[in-house]
Amino acid sequence: MATKKKNSEEKYSKELLLGFYRTMVRIRAFEEHAAECFTKGMLAGNIHLSIGQEAAEAGAFATIQPQDYFTSTHRGHGHVIARGGDPKLAMAELFGKRTGYCKGKGGSMHIADMAKMNHLGANGIVGAGQPISAGSALASKILGDNCVTVGCFGDSSTNEGTFHESLNMAATWKLPMVWFIENNCYGVSTEIHRVTNTPDLATRAAAYDVPFAVVDGTDPVAVYEAMTEAMDHARSGKGPYVVEAKVYRYQGHYCGDPAVYRPAEYMEKALANDGIEKLGKKLIGMGVKEEELEEIKKAAQEEMDEAVKFADESPYPDPSEVTDDMYTADNERCVAR
Amino acid sequence: MSKKITVSKAIREGLLEEMRRDDKMFIMGEDMAVMGNVFAVTTGFLDEFGPNRVIDTPISEEGFLGMAVGAAMRGMHPCVELMYDDFVTVCADPLFNQAAKLKYMSGGQCSIPLVLRMPMGSGRRNAGQHSQSLEGMVCHFPGLKVVAPCSAADAKGLIKSAMRDPDPVVVFEHKLLYAKKEEIPEDEDYLVPIGKANVKREGKDLTIITWSREVNFSMEAAEKLAAEGIDVEVLDLRTLVPIDWDAIKASVSKTHNVIIVSEEVKRGSYAGEISAQIAEELFDELDAPVERVCGLNIVSPFSPVLEDKNFPHPDDIVKAVKRVLNK
Repeated sequence: MATKKKNSEEKYSKELLLGFYRTMVRIRAFEEHAAECFTKGMLAGNIHLSIGQEAAEAGAFATIQPQDYFTSTHRGHGHVIARGGDPKLAMAELFGKRTGYCKGKGGSMHIADMAKMNHLGANGIVGAGQPISAGSALASKILGDNCVTVGCFGDSSTNEGTFHESLNMAATWKLPMVWFIENNCYGVSTEIHRVTNTPDLATRAAAYDVPFAVVDGTDPVAVYEAMTEAMDHARSGKGPYVVEAKVYRYQGHYCGDPAVYRPAEYMEKALANDGIEKLGKKLIGMGVKEEELEEIKKAAQEEMDEAVKFADESPYPDPSEVTDDMYTADNERCVAR
Repeated sequence: MSKKITVSKAIREGLLEEMRRDDKMFIMGEDMAVMGNVFAVTTGFLDEFGPNRVIDTPISEEGFLGMAVGAAMRGMHPCVELMYDDFVTVCADPLFNQAAKLKYMSGGQCSIPLVLRMPMGSGRRNAGQHSQSLEGMVCHFPGLKVVAPCSAADAKGLIKSAMRDPDPVVVFEHKLLYAKKEEIPEDEDYLVPIGKANVKREGKDLTIITWSREVNFSMEAAEKLAAEGIDVEVLDLRTLVPIDWDAIKASVSKTHNVIIVSEEVKRGSYAGEISAQIAEELFDELDAPVERVCGLNIVSPFSPVLEDKNFPHPDDIVKAVKRVLNK
């Protein structure tokens, strides 16, 4: 695991680390509940789980201020939880229910919450969030609103043209943007180094004279430190910054994918580096009682039980809503023919 | 009060007036700032509005159109130009998967008040990658509004309406119309509503449904036909989505004969879509099958001799009208 930053938990309060722990446990609980619902056939479509990426997401989102914006990906449930979103509304969206974040019109891959989370949307097109996050940062530059936009995406999207086009423009125009890459090494079945010629991905930022960091994404503190520096850099008007967190994807690409294309060593390494376990041990070493950690896990289970219940009991959209929200003006005439 | 100016000047006026009244508006595209656009549509804008609102982009169409979508989601009003509509294929995702869809997919949480100007059309001897009429492809995607003016007044009035519209609007501007000088109203707030067709010429024998430069060719054809005692109505759609069905229905119900004229590749054209809708809903009004008068199912050729075979001329329209009327 390549790391640039030396971990230094001792600098940080127990409360901050417990906060990371709670977020990580809640993400995993949400995902495990979603997976169970999927297996039981309660969900339509596919879901892509963030299990194994919790530490990176908890550390990164702790640096994003309430006024800031972000974009997400098909593997985006963790970002919603880490941002402080409502698991009930997220789960209801996975269920395709009227009460979901997008009224059931987006589903797992497209959760957005413009009003409360400044969440410009998860996106089903790999790489699409890159120019959208850069465009949001452009809006901030024009408006002078001191907001930073964080584009979250995975390893494989760094091979899309949008990565290079958007980063070049953001760097040239010094846009307040941070890109947060969660590198789990797999694009569906393809190991990233089979199709990419550099050991790290964030190093590509150097081509555009953009600073970058590569950190251990199983350590929330390492991610927190790198992202703090990145956010400060972007907010101070110096332009974009790219942070790559090395993470693991415990499941296959989608829930139910047996991932036979992956060597056994991948999961052995992943489990030996499980972020939740490592941080739990660290916290106990700092004097936190095991019961307190168990209590956090139990609370997360109950919270996600409630989310599933809410989603399950929520109504589906009324079929009459099928053409709603295509257009803001003249919707009826625009969809009529 | 009216004045005579070129279509490109009319567009410039419309954009200038909107930039002055709306500080959320900005302009983005290749050669829009320092050069002031290939067709001089934004001459002087950089001096007046500065580099934050008049932005020269690198040649990164997918990147900058995607950025415009992101900015629009944040409440900005971007006006983006693609130098040629042919380039829409290199920025298809931000237009078709993002701008068109994000409102619906987010359950209506955002609007995308983005205007995309796309110079289009054949006749400039630019060959297959700089001459297309891609209305059919763009109109296919729900979520977009599409306009295609033929006159200076409509170009100004529609670009202003597009800038004020909360939805993404694609503006097809025919390159061979830019230099055409025409009367336009002096009124600073001259708007042409999106979704309203214009009866360019009244007639009783047959309806020509058309848009963009083919409106002018249809008017020429109508004059020739009038000399032969055939009285055609020319309906300039001006807006393709939402289409002005009331105007189509009224005209077809009066003339009972229809041709649809566009520069598009005939196969899969928007002209074909309109034809299908008329066949489905106005069949009883028709005295003859609807005919599409379009380009060929080929790549736009370079050689003038060949290119001229690839879009309808007034004489082609005259012939089609006579065929449908069996005269």
